Amino acid sequence: MLDGMKDLLGLRDLSAEQIEKILETAKAMKFVLSQKNKKTAHLLGKSVVTLFYENSTRTRLSFELASKYLGGFSSGVSVGVSSVAKGETLIDTVRTIDAMGTDAIVIRHSMSGAAHLAAKNARASVINAGDGMNEHPTQALLDMFTMKEKKGGIKGLKVAIVGDIAHSRVARSNIWGLTKLGAKVSLGGPLTLIPPEIECMGVKVYGSVHEAIIDADVVMGLRIQTERQKSGLFPTIGEYSRFFGIDEKRLSLARPDALLLHPGPVNRGVELSSAVVRCPQSLIEEQVTNGVAVRMAVLYLFTKRGEEE
Amino acid sequence: MRILIKNGRVIDPKNGIDDVLDIYIDNKIIEEVGKDLDYSGADIEEIDASGKIVAPGLVDMHCHLRDPGQEYKEDIESGTKSAAMGGFTSVACMPNTEPVIDNVAVVEYIKSKSESVGSVNVFPIGAISKGLKGEELAPIGELKFAGVVAVSDDGNPVTSPSFMRNALIYAKNFDTPVISHCEVKSLSDGCMNEGYVSTILGLRGISRAAEEIMVSRDIILAKTTEASVHIAHVSTRGSVELVRRAKADGAQVTCETCPHYFTLTEEAVMGYNTNAKMNPPLRTDDDVKAIIEGLKDGTIDAIATDHAPHHFDEKDCEFDRAKNGIVGFETALSLGITYLVKTGALTMSGLIDKMSYSPSRILGIGKGSLCEKTAADIVIIDENSEWTVDVNSFYSKSKNSPFDGFKLCGKVVYTIVGGRVVVRDGILM
Repeated sequence: MLDGMKDLLGLRDLSAEQIEKILETAKAMKFVLSQKNKKTAHLLGKSVVTLFYENSTRTRLSFELASKYLGGFSSGVSVGVSSVAKGETLIDTVRTIDAMGTDAIVIRHSMSGAAHLAAKNARASVINAGDGMNEHPTQALLDMFTMKEKKGGIKGLKVAIVGDIAHSRVARSNIWGLTKLGAKVSLGGPLTLIPPEIECMGVKVYGSVHEAIIDADVVMGLRIQTERQKSGLFPTIGEYSRFFGIDEKRLSLARPDALLLHPGPVNRGVELSSAVVRCPQSLIEEQVTNGVAVRMAVLYLFTKRGEEE
Repeated sequence: MRILIKNGRVIDPKNGIDDVLDIYIDNKIIEEVGKDLDYSGADIEEIDASGKIVAPGLVDMHCHLRDPGQEYKEDIESGTKSAAMGGFTSVACMPNTEPVIDNVAVVEYIKSKSESVGSVNVFPIGAISKGLKGEELAPIGELKFAGVVAVSDDGNPVTSPSFMRNALIYAKNFDTPVISHCEVKSLSDGCMNEGYVSTILGLRGISRAAEEIMVSRDIILAKTTEASVHIAHVSTRGSVELVRRAKADGAQVTCETCPHYFTLTEEAVMGYNTNAKMNPPLRTDDDVKAIIEGLKDGTIDAIATDHAPHHFDEKDCEFDRAKNGIVGFETALSLGITYLVKTGALTMSGLIDKMSYSPSRILGIGKGSLCEKTAADIVIIDENSEWTVDVNSFYSKSKNSPFDGFKLCGKVVYTIVGGRVVVRDGILM
């Protein structure tokens, strides 16, 4: 089904069928996760290296646990104490890791296209764990997995993505994946944080958050990535939260059974109020569990190239 | 050394010639252009140019030779070989060398090195400001006296309008053209054109406003000071329209574009192709159309290469980190023939004008024609010869071209510089 694809660089490159296949496999993996003994042989004898140039708690840990639950080896390169700190280039670092017989390299990098560059320079499967503002495919897959699990399917869902779309790789991956599976995606946020011509990706852009949220089945908040902001995109955190944050009142504009998602970590009181983070509609912790299942599926499917389906 | 070029289609835009003629060269000089010239002698090299185009050697008014300082990318020897292979007989090199061309010593170095190892004529362009910093004027008079043909801060455009105004006025004293790379840096914090492609690739976009605001500024400064300004590498529809209107208003404004701006769009960046990264960035189909219209109606005076060699490692990296620019000498003429002449946008004479006489006129260097009693700088072109671009065959030290693998029309057969055959039958001598 994945036609021997070596790398998972983004959902832009996947068909609806390929995305469904990953989500289906993740369902079986979630069953494994719910067991007392979480050990399978899907990755037996295989090694996974995480190479993170940016900070991460959940993504990195979930990839490492996913690998271990499936019987594989996993190691992480800490960029700060590795040869990267001595000025080694990305290509040389990737080649070095590749030369150690690695089966999968999971990479996060602050620059868009870094995973593509890694993939060109490695025999190993490269799994993009976030490249700049481009894509974060496993996050979108776990978001879609969560929606599918709760809503039964993706087709026809109205999904509102709210916040800093321009700097968000999570938004881009979700837009590719959701539109391919037939969801209707609406975007809301300050217009300085909506990238140009994004309507061409098949989404609807609203200037106000409440318009984007009305009648939504799923509301997804995005982290305001203050470290990537240029000044002048919005005036203050206070104004941001007042006009573009998601609180109970705004969430009530969505359908009563709407789901609230957020990729984490949350800036409480900024893009989400503390109250909505803990409300029954919030699936933020469920997303974390599903993240492990999805990454188990991805590691399994992308490292079994050339083996029997 | 005497050369007789027989039966070529001689195209000389300056003199309005487009006819089958012969050219006789004696002692570095074009002695005679005419029908059925009859010269004989054992020491005469006779070149049969029948079926070929014989034109003034091409003039590139905007290139980077990287010498002194970055010889690992290019040097005067390799750069001028590359230029000769592309049919250029004169090139004007930008001052962002190390050290910068902001003093007489560097001008002297470039002149003397070109004379000893250069394959074509090299005309240095001096800096507008010391160190390209936009703070103090470079000694424009001394630079001119030493041999620079224009001044420009190129990729470090002058930020301050008052500094630019003074530079335009001061340069008038010395009849020195001022070349402006138009880019408002505070609007250009990106690495490709801002639009759909930058959105889906997650790359920071550069708004066309970054270019157009400074084009407007420099046009207004030129008008209000009655000075002249030359706008470098125009890439957007808006810039073309601004220059068109300025010319209609009588402003002393000229401009150039580059082959990549009439052949490629931002789509070339897909896949994070760093060889499609340049400044200004590749734009859209609509801009390409406007550039071609501008070339047709004379708004755009010249085609320059902006030949910008970079080492392989400087392009084989993250897109954000990759250097701006592409090599251009060895593809420029063929891109012009393929995308402008074969499509009917320009006549062959029109293309040659924009690549020889017109840039020479802007720089005031007296090149780009086949006038009798002038230096014999000549190119002979087989306009129908088809070839496939192979960057590994380039004479440039650098291979950073987005045109690798392109099938193009038109090949340089001979390049003659000051009566010396530098390229013969497509082979560098």
